[in-house]
Amino acid sequence: MTKPESEWTWKELSIGNVVLEPGNASEYRTGDWKTLKPVLNKELCIHCGLCYIFCPDMAYNLNEENYFIADLFYCKGCGICAKECPTGAITMVLEEEEK
Amino acid sequence: MAKRIGMEVSIAAAEAVKQANVDVISAYPITPQTHIVEHLAELVANGDLDADFFCVESEHSALSVCVGAAATGARTFTCTSSQGLALMSEITYIASGLRLPIVMIVSNRTLSAPLSIWNDHSDVMSIRDCGWIQFFVENGQESYDHVFAAYRLAEENSVLFPVIINMDGFILSHVIEPIELIEQGKIDQFLPPYQPVHQLHPDHPVTMGAFALPAIFAETKKAQEEALRSSMPKIIETWKAFGDMSGRYYHPVETYQAEDADTLLVTMGSYGETASVAVDKMREAGRSVGLVKIRLWRPFPFDDLKKATLHAKQLVVIDRAISVGACGPVASEVKAALYGNDQRPSVYNFVAGISGRDVTPSDFVKMVDKAEIEIAEGNKEGFEIYGVRG
Repeated sequence: MTKPESEWTWKELSIGNVVLEPGNASEYRTGDWKTLKPVLNKELCIHCGLCYIFCPDMAYNLNEENYFIADLFYCKGCGICAKECPTGAITMVLEEEEK
Repeated sequence: MAKRIGMEVSIAAAEAVKQANVDVISAYPITPQTHIVEHLAELVANGDLDADFFCVESEHSALSVCVGAAATGARTFTCTSSQGLALMSEITYIASGLRLPIVMIVSNRTLSAPLSIWNDHSDVMSIRDCGWIQFFVENGQESYDHVFAAYRLAEENSVLFPVIINMDGFILSHVIEPIELIEQGKIDQFLPPYQPVHQLHPDHPVTMGAFALPAIFAETKKAQEEALRSSMPKIIETWKAFGDMSGRYYHPVETYQAEDADTLLVTMGSYGETASVAVDKMREAGRSVGLVKIRLWRPFPFDDLKKATLHAKQLVVIDRAISVGACGPVASEVKAALYGNDQRPSVYNFVAGISGRDVTPSDFVKMVDKAEIEIAEGNKEGFEIYGVRG
């Protein structure tokens, strides 16, 4: 989508509100649903990838240092990664307001 | 002029659907709609109509199949009554919101309880606000004719709304009437193949029926509302084109002996014919009575109704359904249409003929008598169920 939904006027909508751009759900910021965000303690991480496998939103990606990091644009803060992490490397903490 | 032949109105309606060359029919049987879809099933089974006929497990599915098929660009038809329409109601809103040009005949029948198979308008009034274009027809010929007008209108790229043709159950559906069938060549010219604006196709993926956040939902409803209201000129244009083709012209609101009348009966559906007989009788007796018939129920023709009624002293609005705890739904709309005018007729509302109880020309005379007396005595906003014992 070229601009946020809150800026669209009724005259600009397609007939029947058909979504004409395939795959544009990736532009939807599900990350603003969360109250808790996952924080990784790299010293405990064993790079097993269970957080990546269990994440229901596929928010985890492997970074260049070989750590799996949650993309907070998509992460809803469910905490499954923290629950499944075998070494307790992921902690859920209150998300601070972004400045 | 084409030959008129005697046929059951349901069969004539089904023949119209065949002549409209539909691609998909999906329906579940319910009295009194049954003969329409039975005949269509025969036409498909015998190879007379090249369409897919879906026998589904419920009306909810019947309309859902039409939604899916229309989304791919197919011309679709379904048909129901009463409880079937109630079960479909969830999907009626979706078909309109998605702007899919489905055509449905509702063979109007009473909603339970108590269980009743006979005619009234309570079924369609339960989905009054679903956002379909809604016609009411008066006789068999109109039932047949409106199928073609409905498809042409629904599929106009500037309209794209589903259309309901309301046809009184039994009173129309099960009687044999003389019907003038239109030659296929004329129909094919009047009704070109459907060219969808958007369609589900693997080569051009789109999403239909996505969700909307509060940030945009009101804009989607405004767009739907504006589109339905502004379909009015296209509705008139379509009926004009149909008239030029068939010789039979239709209008959102039609009148009979109304121009100079002090008292106007206001009806919708097959009541129009009976009421016109009553008007003739009353005119013969020197009474100043006329008739206004509402053909287009949604979008509601406020301006046409005002033009037809504002000169009268009183309106006797006959509803064939009741909004329990309020009044008849047609009377509500008529009152709303008139409210903005300082000089306006009194509106006396009868709910009559519910669950198929006969309403004869002499009943219309009695209702006019009663309304005129009540209004003269100062009861200017009367409401009653006509003919109730006790």
